Amino acid sequence: MLRATWYHSRVSDSACVPSAASAVPTTTTTSRHSALVRVNHWITTLCFLALLVSGVEIVISHPRFYWGETGNDLTPPLFKLPIPASRALVPTGYGYVLPDQNGWSRYLHFQAAWVVVLTGLLYVISSFFTGHLRKNLLPDQADLSWRAFSTAIASHLRFERPSEAEAWSYNVLQRLTYLFVIFVLFPLVIWTGLAMSPAFVSAFPATVNVLGGQQSARTLHFFVSLALVLFLLVHVAMVWLAGFRSRMRAMITGRAATPMERT
Amino acid sequence: MSRLSRRKLITTGFAATASALGLGVAARIAQRYGLVPPDHGGIYGLGETLTYASQRLLTRHSLAREFSRSQISKPPFANEIPPLNEAFKRLQAGGFADWRLSVNGMVAQPGSFSLDQLKRYPSQSQITMLQCEEGWSYIAEWIGVPLSQILQAVAILPQARYIVYYSIDPDWWESIDMADALHPQTFLAYGMNGDELPVGNGGPLRLRLPRQLGYKSVKYITHLTVTDSLKGFGKGLGSASPEAGYAWYAGI
Repeated sequence: MLRATWYHSRVSDSACVPSAASAVPTTTTTSRHSALVRVNHWITTLCFLALLVSGVEIVISHPRFYWGETGNDLTPPLFKLPIPASRALVPTGYGYVLPDQNGWSRYLHFQAAWVVVLTGLLYVISSFFTGHLRKNLLPDQADLSWRAFSTAIASHLRFERPSEAEAWSYNVLQRLTYLFVIFVLFPLVIWTGLAMSPAFVSAFPATVNVLGGQQSARTLHFFVSLALVLFLLVHVAMVWLAGFRSRMRAMITGRAATPMERT
Repeated sequence: MSRLSRRKLITTGFAATASALGLGVAARIAQRYGLVPPDHGGIYGLGETLTYASQRLLTRHSLAREFSRSQISKPPFANEIPPLNEAFKRLQAGGFADWRLSVNGMVAQPGSFSLDQLKRYPSQSQITMLQCEEGWSYIAEWIGVPLSQILQAVAILPQARYIVYYSIDPDWWESIDMADALHPQTFLAYGMNGDELPVGNGGPLRLRLPRQLGYKSVKYITHLTVTDSLKGFGKGLGSASPEAGYAWYAGI
């Protein structure tokens, strides 16, 4: 299969490649992802899909968004989604009403949220102790210069083929993206979600007040979710372009494919 | 599987046993301190129990946010209401003069209150948000008597754990635990924005519960039952909501 790729090459930069990988094996397979990373990855994948489907179902019951504390059918929306609703009272312009799916969607949304938050916490805490954060996610000092950065972006734009080192270590753009998803988007989506809970904000009113109100929290929750969906799409596209089978194999079995196997 | 050593087997076995024991102990403690919701069974029971238990621990005494008079939603919003039954229409025709709230169950003095009797208690008001699970919301001033005062008047017994409350439509009923029942912002509301409570917003009498989503604030309240167990009510899931697929606890 042809593997065109956007991944930039790290060929000259072997500093970040684990020692086992720097002498890239040609006939054997070597450990790429730890069990903790793999288990967390797939639990997060499952939960994210559950959260996405149930979140869409919940939004359908009121596909209008507001800014501030309150918003309802009688107040002007910030924007509305051009879709039919699962409630008759919402003025959507469609002549029909979709079936109500909110009951199970809300149960599933919160259950998946609990699972993803608890596994995510375990992952983040252990990534500090196992060195995963330092070795695999934090970029090298050398990679944080504008020159290194523009080189990385340029090689992505030129659709350059990935180096072998690529299969063993994340490049600087990947590292920054993963750090952004783990330490910015996920905390934000959890925060804006909790800021919609009337009981949670009774105990921690500042969590919703600083966002500008409960409807602002809902609107922000929607946009952060969109950002996560965008990440998911690009992530899957990149895995596809870099070699779907070898990358999937690495994330499932933990072994990275050797160069010979990848031809 | 070649790396499966005896040490690994023992460690894994020990960890699994410890987790199972830990879960068992946690479940016992949760049950003992009333942290398990009545709809804890089924595939969503884990998430539901975690939500209820953690929010109950965090929010036992916390107060829902109150707003300024200028933040009251204009125009006032009222959601769709279901078709009202004959009993309601008869009482409405009489200006709700014969509306009664009856209270029974684990109480020393079962009672029945007319709206006038309820209004004789010192009235209180709160400007709080009503938030629907669908996503919309509005802020209004709610006027009424704290539920705790009525529970005091009927002298609830110490073993009381839940209050079950019914709308005039007998299929529309809910229940709350004592933390919510005795909470100072849990009202039997008969007024809104300085006026009578409109029928569209649940008048003449609505149970107002600002720390939970709108569907727990049942409209047209006629009856309360005090109980120590929800098993004998409906399908034993706590209220009509779980029977329709919605969570019993709606603090999130």
